[in-house]
Amino acid sequence: MYVFILLTTFYSDVNSYTRMKFTALYDVHRGMGAKMIEFSGCMMPLEYIGTRDEHLAVRNSVGLFDISHMGEIEVYGKEAAFVCQWVTTNDISKLSNFQAHYTLLCNPEGGIIDDIIVYKISDEHFFICVNAVNTLKDYEWIKSEESKFKAIVVNKSPEYSQIALQGPNSQVLLSSVLKMDFSTLKRFFFQFVKWKDSNLIVARTGYTGEDGFEIFLPWNLAKELWDEIIEGGKSHGIQACGLGARDTLRIEMGYPLYGHEIEEDRNPFEAGLSSFVKFDKGGFIGKESLLGVIEKGIKKKLFGFEMVERGIPRQGYGIVKGEIILGAVTSGTLSPSLEKPIGMGYLKTDIYFDDEIEIEIRGTRRKAKIVSVPFYKKLAKEKRNGRDSRSA
Amino acid sequence: MVEIPEVLKYTKEHEWARVEDDIVIIGITDYAQDALGEIVYIELPSEGDEVTKGETFGAVESTKSVSDLYAPISGEVVEVNEALLDSPEAINEDPYGEGWMVKVKPYDPSELEDLMDSDEYTEFIEKQSEK
Repeated sequence: MYVFILLTTFYSDVNSYTRMKFTALYDVHRGMGAKMIEFSGCMMPLEYIGTRDEHLAVRNSVGLFDISHMGEIEVYGKEAAFVCQWVTTNDISKLSNFQAHYTLLCNPEGGIIDDIIVYKISDEHFFICVNAVNTLKDYEWIKSEESKFKAIVVNKSPEYSQIALQGPNSQVLLSSVLKMDFSTLKRFFFQFVKWKDSNLIVARTGYTGEDGFEIFLPWNLAKELWDEIIEGGKSHGIQACGLGARDTLRIEMGYPLYGHEIEEDRNPFEAGLSSFVKFDKGGFIGKESLLGVIEKGIKKKLFGFEMVERGIPRQGYGIVKGEIILGAVTSGTLSPSLEKPIGMGYLKTDIYFDDEIEIEIRGTRRKAKIVSVPFYKKLAKEKRNGRDSRSA
Repeated sequence: MVEIPEVLKYTKEHEWARVEDDIVIIGITDYAQDALGEIVYIELPSEGDEVTKGETFGAVESTKSVSDLYAPISGEVVEVNEALLDSPEAINEDPYGEGWMVKVKPYDPSELEDLMDSDEYTEFIEKQSEK
């Protein structure tokens, strides 16, 4: 029996990691019995009790993730806002202080270098969270633009730990642990919280499709906060969650992951991320190429599908229809919430919902059909029901 | 500590084989199911299919991994554990019992002699985990 671990992205430059990295919580994970794997050069928990149960805890109660492998880059200075505006595709001028947004770093050809979240602390101070595997690449990319502006770009990743508390019970739990009311903190806003004489950044953001928080904190406080949340969370149904659940949760939401849906030769329009590209904001890297993409139109687009026949789609499996090769699977899993296999892949744009396709699973073709994303629509459904009941 | 029953034979790919009269029952070991984690999907051959020693006869998948299954012996599949198709978690819960995968009528029962016994397999996985 030969095991292929599929969680590793194939785009990591192994040479740029001369030694294995460990998060501040490594011993905590081992103590909790987590199965550990290497991800982007860092030893991370894959799962504690099992991906399915961890996943469902996030959907139904609350889950806690160590995501300290993620990178943190800060931009300071009089023209810090101009740096962010120049290197990203979204419009930084729309952010108020203590607000964040999802955005992209693109190369001059319009390809996606990374997808990131930019947090605005002030006009002269921005905090950027980047994908683990891209930390050095992103830092060097932004740093190379530094000299054009009155600003300083610093890679702060070694100083920060990051944990994510996600799920419907996350707000009540975090408010009680940090003794502060977070019920009024809006989605994609953040605040500084004084805790044990240090500043935490508490942001109402996440990668699961549930309500939740991402907390940036000094390395030395990570264990203490983790333990307090686990202890305080017992009455809220807390579950420690690994990268396995992080991946199945984001796939159910159709969120792209670098190295899967996003690569440097994919542009935001193909990836379905056009709403994060703002042409009217002024100049930015990749703008001309992206305008060209719009003019010419895209040939391929990211689609979601679910299996009709048995089998779990995995990255790299072929997507075919009769004699025609349509593309390849970028991500796939057995969805714990929907209890069926789902996946994503780039296909020609003349494909429609309910169209039948086939996935080549280790030599056999299995039927699948195109469906809309997110695959998991709980939030949308709740909102719709809420409106229905008001109008009724 | 993983369970390694004395009565079974083992492959380097972590399958076990148990002889019952003229039939060989095949599954994956406790060590394998533990390493894989929660098994969510399995693909098995059909009754009447031929399996070849050292070649794949199916696959098991956890949420994050795919593992091929290698036949410990050549022969004809006489029974398949269909229950696993709907509840593959039985492999995690009871790898040597309810988690059995196929029953094979071997062409050459002496092929079993090439497999490891429980002591050899124990030593083998100890060496594996030292690496």
